Amino acid sequence: MAHAYTPGLLVTPRMRHRVRRVLPIAGDVLVEQGAAVGSQDVVARTYMPGDVTPINLANQLAMPPGELAGVLLKQPGEAIQKGEPLARTKGLFGWFQSEFKSPASGTLESVSSVTGQAMIRSAPLPVQVLAYVDGTVIDVLPGEGVIVEADVAFIQGIFGVGGEAYGPIRCIARSASEDVTPESIPADVRGAVLVGGARIHHSAIQKAVELGAAAIVGGGIDDQDLKTVLGYDLGVAITGSEKLGVTIIITEGFGDIAMADRTFELLRSHDGARVSVNGSTQIRAGVQRPEIVIPLADEAASGDVQGAHGGGVLQVGSPVRMIRDPYFGILGTVAALPHEPQMLGSGSRARVLEVTCRDGRRVTVPRANVEIVGA
Amino acid sequence: MPLPAPENLNVILATDCGSTTTKAILIEKVNGHYRQTFRGEAPTTVEEPVADVTVGVVNAATEVGELAGRPLVDEQGQLIRPARDGRGCDIYISTSSAGGGLQMLVTGVVREMTAASAKRAALGAGAIVMDTIASNDKRRPHEQIQRIRELRPDMILMAGGTDGGTVTHVVQTAELIAPARPQPRFGGQYRMPVIFAGNRDAAPHVAEVLKDIVDLSIVENLRPVLEQENLGPARDAIHDLFLEHVMAHAPGYDKLIAWADAPIMPTPGAVGDILQEIARQRGINVVGVDIGGATTDVFSVFESGGQSVFNRTVSANLGMSYSISNVCSEAGFPMILRWVPIEMNERELRNRVKNKMIRPTTIPQTLESLIFEQAVSREALRLAYLQHREFATTLKGVQQQRSVGDTFSQQSGGASVVDNMKLDLLVASGGVLSHAPRMEQTAAMLIDAFEPEGVTELAKDSIFMMPHLGVLAQVHPQAAVEVFERDCLITLGTCIAAAGATRPGRECFRYVVEFGDQRAEGEMPFGDLRLIRLGPEQTARVEITPARGVDVGAGPGKPLVREVRGGTVGLILDARGRPLQLPENREECRIVADRWARALEMYPDLNSL
Repeated sequence: MAHAYTPGLLVTPRMRHRVRRVLPIAGDVLVEQGAAVGSQDVVARTYMPGDVTPINLANQLAMPPGELAGVLLKQPGEAIQKGEPLARTKGLFGWFQSEFKSPASGTLESVSSVTGQAMIRSAPLPVQVLAYVDGTVIDVLPGEGVIVEADVAFIQGIFGVGGEAYGPIRCIARSASEDVTPESIPADVRGAVLVGGARIHHSAIQKAVELGAAAIVGGGIDDQDLKTVLGYDLGVAITGSEKLGVTIIITEGFGDIAMADRTFELLRSHDGARVSVNGSTQIRAGVQRPEIVIPLADEAASGDVQGAHGGGVLQVGSPVRMIRDPYFGILGTVAALPHEPQMLGSGSRARVLEVTCRDGRRVTVPRANVEIVGA
Repeated sequence: MPLPAPENLNVILATDCGSTTTKAILIEKVNGHYRQTFRGEAPTTVEEPVADVTVGVVNAATEVGELAGRPLVDEQGQLIRPARDGRGCDIYISTSSAGGGLQMLVTGVVREMTAASAKRAALGAGAIVMDTIASNDKRRPHEQIQRIRELRPDMILMAGGTDGGTVTHVVQTAELIAPARPQPRFGGQYRMPVIFAGNRDAAPHVAEVLKDIVDLSIVENLRPVLEQENLGPARDAIHDLFLEHVMAHAPGYDKLIAWADAPIMPTPGAVGDILQEIARQRGINVVGVDIGGATTDVFSVFESGGQSVFNRTVSANLGMSYSISNVCSEAGFPMILRWVPIEMNERELRNRVKNKMIRPTTIPQTLESLIFEQAVSREALRLAYLQHREFATTLKGVQQQRSVGDTFSQQSGGASVVDNMKLDLLVASGGVLSHAPRMEQTAAMLIDAFEPEGVTELAKDSIFMMPHLGVLAQVHPQAAVEVFERDCLITLGTCIAAAGATRPGRECFRYVVEFGDQRAEGEMPFGDLRLIRLGPEQTARVEITPARGVDVGAGPGKPLVREVRGGTVGLILDARGRPLQLPENREECRIVADRWARALEMYPDLNSL
């Protein structure tokens, strides 16, 4: 375990990036291999089977399920409109007939002779997949989707809420340690990806939503503010489907914490660039972090394709961030990697490392409590 | 390759491929007895960039081999078998929970009857039950169909109807599944595996409804009559489909399946097997708990109605890292802080909890941080046990015959089979319990969360070896039990706890404890805890005389005399009564928590905070 992998967030000014864009079920791919695509171009489309309306027809007509076939006015596979008669009993000498009108429009899918249940399937629901980044289709997955490749600057956040969003970067902080407050948000930010410095305040999120911003990025957020924004206390970090009106991405963690300088400077250097962001976070097996993807239009070489994951092997001199109290958020470099486990203040024994902090202090922390900073 | 005869098994390599870590242990025959000798671990490699589970297995096995001085992996990265000339092992076995384990949807006709039996079968097989669909689950059919569409389980277990009973309701459930066209979790290349274990008369109709839509297996009814469950065939079918569909689609598992000398089991299924084996062999009632980062599993084996009843529950969002925020949200901060003997800033704690949630692999560095995590664990365990007790009931829907004598002791069907007064052994595993710096902390977390009554032995799984031993029990039960008794469990000691309540400060019980040439005696005021050091190899004769209305295991007010085992912690006398009551006022509560922490010598450096 001497060379154990240590996690980290990927922040890089240039990399060759691939995104896999696939449909949830089989469908049609609309672009060809080699095609240049824009981030919001539709690359694949399909139709999900429509919603189903079940009706217990036997109960409705007060007759045995086995006799339903003789009273159906529509056969399985036929289209039917809401309010149109679906079945009519013969009655007594043509009198006292019972009729059942369809409660939904769609296609009669089945009628069971065992249970008397009829199923009406409504019209298929269209589902489409966007390219997500400006780039080139390098592979078509028949019936599924595409793989798009692009040279990008890439910034992984630690946590986000809300799904994919697009817009130009609008830097609204002068420094990485400046909080994102309502006062820091100008009026003309509709459609923009706002980049602040440190903690994003709840009132700033409200204002961003009111002004129609696409996304808001900052160093941290207070738990209570997140709870207010979501309307509930988030139990597990599986996000992305929230409909808040704005995508939120934090790059460092919860609490009053400034964005790492490197991240802030990279975002600021692309002020005005159109970017793709995704707040979806899944911290489980198959971890997914939120991201900001900035397409690079120049022709400089980006090297081989790189996976969207940071981290690496700790070495003396590695730049690290401490990610747990009592040194949460402090940046430094690895000064020593003692081999033997050491006793912590908690009383546990664990493998540790020594870190020289930016202010010159030297502290000892468990190896599990740091992450490698940078690419 | 055929398995060697049990008498020829001398070296066994076992791995448990977890979501984050692959743990390998070596079991060797030493002086005629099976012993766990070496262990090693390596990160699990199901994710990118490696995406091959066997790489983690080889790394863990290599580490064990290096420590044992016995090469287990050859130059080609293959496990060496059979054992020869100080190299290799005789068999290799494994469990797995990587990639989220086995996720299932279950259905039945009545939620409390056949659907509950189906859930028990799925949980017992080691699955996470994502949802239970039943005719009376208070959802309308279109909502049920929508739910089935949204979920992407690994497989579905259908139950419903006793043999010869309702057909219509069972077929109706199939008619919910068919239009939903459920999609399996690992993509659309194969059909959703569905096991039907309901009314045999309904099976042909179910097959007709589901034909061309799912991959249907029909097994014996898991509730053939209301009075009886028959979970074995459904459980076996789940294990077969787990290997065939789920494991085969996970990265590298085809290779792992080929390597293993016995079928790979879901980790919790294996833990359940070894606990049942121990309960059966020792004739005791057992509760086991495994608290992980995302989930908490509780297992129980209790004697009920003349037979041994096994139950397992998974509390899907009660855990110490991925789900820590959910524990705080479900329990509420005041409930967590009641276990904390020091002042803490709530806003800061809330942010810390969220930071642990988003960086789940960090560990407490300071004592303050440790105390808080252990407080959270008490609530996670308490809530998980509560869910378990509500689930582990006698069969509902059974007609009961009662005599006049039962007038004052009537219990309806569906009473919990988990009775803390009858609990003999409580086994702890999972990071926060197993890796607590002091055993006293583990014992305290168990007692506070589970509230055992009467006399209960406390133990912890030394290195989370139960999964390995569960799968070994399939191949060589004697070896599994030997290792469990000798190397797996660390006995913490015995807790003697009073059930009932009296006024704070009043006498709860008197005790006399004799061990070796020593004797301790005294009075326990209500609300107090006391620790008497009694070593792992020691036993003591205890005599407890409870106050009126207080029960320590012999009945209210009745004295108890028996022998108890010591352990790494010792004998804990708990006169706090049941259920545990803590003051609502924060400062008063803090003082009580402080007193209890000191009584059990949980945090020797508490004064430094």
